[in-house]
Amino acid sequence: MAGLVLLVAILVVGVLAPVISPQNPYDLAQLDVMDSKLAPGEKSPDGRTYWLGTDDQGRDMLSGIFYGLRISLGVGIASTVFALAIGLVFGLVAAYFGGWVDTLVMRIVDIQLSFPAILIALVLLAVLGQGVDKIVVALVTVQWAYYARTVRSSALVERQKEYIEAARVLALGQARVVFRHLLPNCLPPLIVVATVQVAHAIALEATLSFLGLGLPITEPSLGLLISNGFQYMLSGKYWISFYPGLALLLTIMAINLVADQLRDILNPRLRK
Amino acid sequence: MLRILRLAIAALTLLGLAGPASAAKEREVSIGLQAAITSMDPHYHNLSPNNSMMLHVFEPLIKRDANQKLVPGLAASWKAVDDLTWEFKLRKNVRFHDGSPLTADDVVFTLKRVPNVPNSPSSFATFTKPIVDVKVVDPHTLIFKTATPHVLLPSDLASVMIVSKLHGEKAATEDYNSGKAAIGTGPYKLAEYVPNQRVVLKANYGYWGGEEPWDKITFKILTNPAARVAALLSGDVQMIETVPTADIARLGKDPKYNVVDKVSNRVIYVHLNQSTDKAPPFVTDKSGKPLEKNPFRDARVRKALSVGVNRDVIVDRVMEKKAVAAAQLLPDFFYGTSKKLKPAKYDLEGAKKLLAEAGYPNGFALTIHGPNNRYINDDKVAQAVAQFYSRIGIDAKVETMPSSVYFTRASKLEFGYMILGWGTESGEQGSSLRSLLATFNRERGMGVTNRGRYSNPAFDKVLETALVTMDDKKREALIQQAAEMAMNDTALIPLHYEVSTWATTKGFDYTARTDQYTLAMGLKPRK
Amino acid sequence: MLAYAIRRFGQSFFVLVLMSFLVFVGVYAIGNPVELLVNPQADDAERIRATAALGLDKAFLEQYWVFLKGAASGDLGRSFVYNVPALSLILDKLPATIELAFVAMVIAIALGIPLGLVAGLKPDSILGRGIMAGSILGFSLPTFWVGLVLIMVFSVQLGWLPSNGRGETVTVAGVPLSFLTADGLLHLAMPAVNLALFKLSLLIRLTRAGTREAVLQDYVKFARAKGLTQGRVIGVHVLKNILIPIVTVIGLELGSVIAFAIVTESIFAWPGTGKLLIDSINQLDRPVIVAYLLVIVTLFIFINFVVDVLYSMLDPRVRLGGAASH
Repeated sequence: MAGLVLLVAILVVGVLAPVISPQNPYDLAQLDVMDSKLAPGEKSPDGRTYWLGTDDQGRDMLSGIFYGLRISLGVGIASTVFALAIGLVFGLVAAYFGGWVDTLVMRIVDIQLSFPAILIALVLLAVLGQGVDKIVVALVTVQWAYYARTVRSSALVERQKEYIEAARVLALGQARVVFRHLLPNCLPPLIVVATVQVAHAIALEATLSFLGLGLPITEPSLGLLISNGFQYMLSGKYWISFYPGLALLLTIMAINLVADQLRDILNPRLRK
Repeated sequence: MLRILRLAIAALTLLGLAGPASAAKEREVSIGLQAAITSMDPHYHNLSPNNSMMLHVFEPLIKRDANQKLVPGLAASWKAVDDLTWEFKLRKNVRFHDGSPLTADDVVFTLKRVPNVPNSPSSFATFTKPIVDVKVVDPHTLIFKTATPHVLLPSDLASVMIVSKLHGEKAATEDYNSGKAAIGTGPYKLAEYVPNQRVVLKANYGYWGGEEPWDKITFKILTNPAARVAALLSGDVQMIETVPTADIARLGKDPKYNVVDKVSNRVIYVHLNQSTDKAPPFVTDKSGKPLEKNPFRDARVRKALSVGVNRDVIVDRVMEKKAVAAAQLLPDFFYGTSKKLKPAKYDLEGAKKLLAEAGYPNGFALTIHGPNNRYINDDKVAQAVAQFYSRIGIDAKVETMPSSVYFTRASKLEFGYMILGWGTESGEQGSSLRSLLATFNRERGMGVTNRGRYSNPAFDKVLETALVTMDDKKREALIQQAAEMAMNDTALIPLHYEVSTWATTKGFDYTARTDQYTLAMGLKPRK
Repeated sequence: MLAYAIRRFGQSFFVLVLMSFLVFVGVYAIGNPVELLVNPQADDAERIRATAALGLDKAFLEQYWVFLKGAASGDLGRSFVYNVPALSLILDKLPATIELAFVAMVIAIALGIPLGLVAGLKPDSILGRGIMAGSILGFSLPTFWVGLVLIMVFSVQLGWLPSNGRGETVTVAGVPLSFLTADGLLHLAMPAVNLALFKLSLLIRLTRAGTREAVLQDYVKFARAKGLTQGRVIGVHVLKNILIPIVTVIGLELGSVIAFAIVTESIFAWPGTGKLLIDSINQLDRPVIVAYLLVIVTLFIFINFVVDVLYSMLDPRVRLGGAASH
């Protein structure tokens, strides 16, 4: 329950960011580099107060976090949903049909898993340029194979069980067997992986930003805020990466608390 | 989890296994470097970190002091006999690490080897190519002939390490890496080279220039800036180069550390793409429609973009004072720089007026492109510049990317507004003007890195005259004149000179250098 | 079984060829290595010479053909940057990375499965909830951030652990290992924990979910009713039935931890392949990137093969290469 409240609150903040933020942190014209690196509550030369301090460009951290939440959640959820959908289809198909279909899909998975995210991100950056959509593409490309393998492993077991045999004997359509019978029973471990992977996707985006391959530097996500603040940690300007880190922690906690509930509700076996 | 670890560590501490990294032994130091040394072959890769490392083991005929002034190296003296002839006298007391004496034959061998290193990704042949003939007068005297007057010969030869003919004759790059052929004349011998990890040097006690204070030096490659600082703070190394600007203030205040800095030969500047009649890529009107004319071909627009940037604020806030506002391509104590050139003064109204005069009263839109892992705080500088442009009515977006992507695209002129950097290894401004601003002609070696494609025949003429003028005074005056012409025309926008920084633990003194090299020869124990 | 193994490795050959081609195309798309390697003051002649020296003057497909011919005789090319055979550069650094990955995985498994079991068996107890809440910490903060915090606490503040590098090694069967020396273990501690944290959280959560399900299943209820000890019920009946997804994920994570310990390795200056890869990518050192990824894909194929074999051992219902097609 607490998780749901927290998640709703975070989503509301994310959606309403442009309305409730003291500043538009993505508009460079509204930033003043003279106000850079102010500590929380410290007065700026022209008398303004930034409650969570400012970053190296004079960006208000509070506004940055509100806007960053939007981007991080968007990137994390979008990439997970797409990757999950693609992985699910390929994994189920591979397990259900077996034979050369399985071989083909799994060898593609092998290739995909060994392809480093930074290389994919770098190729996309060079060919397509920078942007949120490109980051989502990169994350989906990196992650779908992971789901495909996880789904397949569960489906391989389920495939052998009596109810699937029964469904086959009843000559139900193949699509029906796969999606109505096989899928629901493969979901539980997948949901665990997926909820962790939303967090992982957000963290991966942060890592790509840390390596200079992420989002445009002027439109920071939580991850980019953290990695920008990273270099100020040893010098004691903790707030530049601490507060975004806290926001990220709360967000991921909320997602996982809700997902844990959701899994119990969706799980056909726990309902019995 | 962490508790278990802490307990385990506490237990180890009690057993005396852990404890802070033991203080370095008397005559041993570790130094944290920011970039990998790609080889110990002194002629394999013309790259600053390599060139810096090589100077410990090998030596050139002519060296550069901390301000990049030429001083005698293995050559005791040199002079131009006429426009095409140079005479070099070698020192007589120099021995290689194995005890064999240095002679003119080693120099001849070196000049032959330089252009013929297999697989070299960036050779030193550029420096030896002007020499068309070498005569050995006696074992310690050489005569070099050039085809055309080549005033920069001494400066070029300061980049070429002399290797031993005896050990180098059949040696490949691997033999230098393994140490087998890495027999130089320098103050240190190579003990171990592990690619991308460390280089270990031992003292050469028979060094002709006198003994150095260290028996053993370990250079650790610590590319991540935070890791480098952490290594210093935890006592794993005694010195680091390129201290992140964020940490300088803290280290400077701490009595346990010592920070030294010096303005460097690297200028951070902007090339404005003037290659096309129509607007270059990423330069549009405010609604995103293409502009009819290339605004960067108008000197007034270029000037507006220059005076519209407040360099003092960038230096103060973004670079944490570790930069100097730039007026030309080198700080004005270098050869060929003009004292008349001053950094453009921030002038908000003036910039707006210039834009209006040039026909852009409402400004236009551009994207600032820059690298994000090449220069000090490069991505932050780009954003700060964009902030200033928003105030003169220009919509500026910022796109930064890793240098692997950036430089390829910049060289293909895929950008309009490019933030770049240039370090002048020769220490004289003529070569920088030639590479960055002479009309682009790679065949002739002119304007080879002129990514703005600025072209001004009057400027070219003065510069080319300078390049073949043998008289030092006259040549300097011509280079100064060329620099003034280009800078007054805002051929490019100089932003600032980087300041190089080093931090040591207390008890050391380091002589800071303009060429950003980290040399153990400059590190002395404090008395 | 043998036939299955042979078939599987036959397929791997095509995977390797395809992989190398993809990397070639990828690096070609990113940029021109000569731009990064050649001195910016170089004139045309020097650029042409450097391009030829690196073999980049040939047409794209010809470059790939040259690579394939070399690869057929075991030569994966020489590093553009270091001018040493790419494969030997990688193999020199691989032991450090594999050691780090294994230590991290051991930490994750040794702590993750027991903690997950506890949390799954007692989901509503304080301990169970505490474990779950703690596990969230493990994957919600970026690795680089946690790494630096570890360094700040244990190296800078407390001075207990060295901040970077690998410790003293002893050579066992030609392989330098550092976890056998005290100095080596001290150097390993932080990077291994940093790397293990995410896997640990994932394993805790997976084990818990599986356990919760398993305890509700008829056979577990039956085993309990039969009066089997709690230990036997958990050890045999519960664990066995949750192992398949766990083994899959361990396999996946072991691969990814070996392949891409990039961030951890660069923060702790661990002299492994992850650091080599990121530097090679930044310098567009294509031969090293290609050789590295070929080594990694081989490793993945091997791990996935082992995992698939484990499936059939854990659950006889899973038929290998199962042709249940219609």
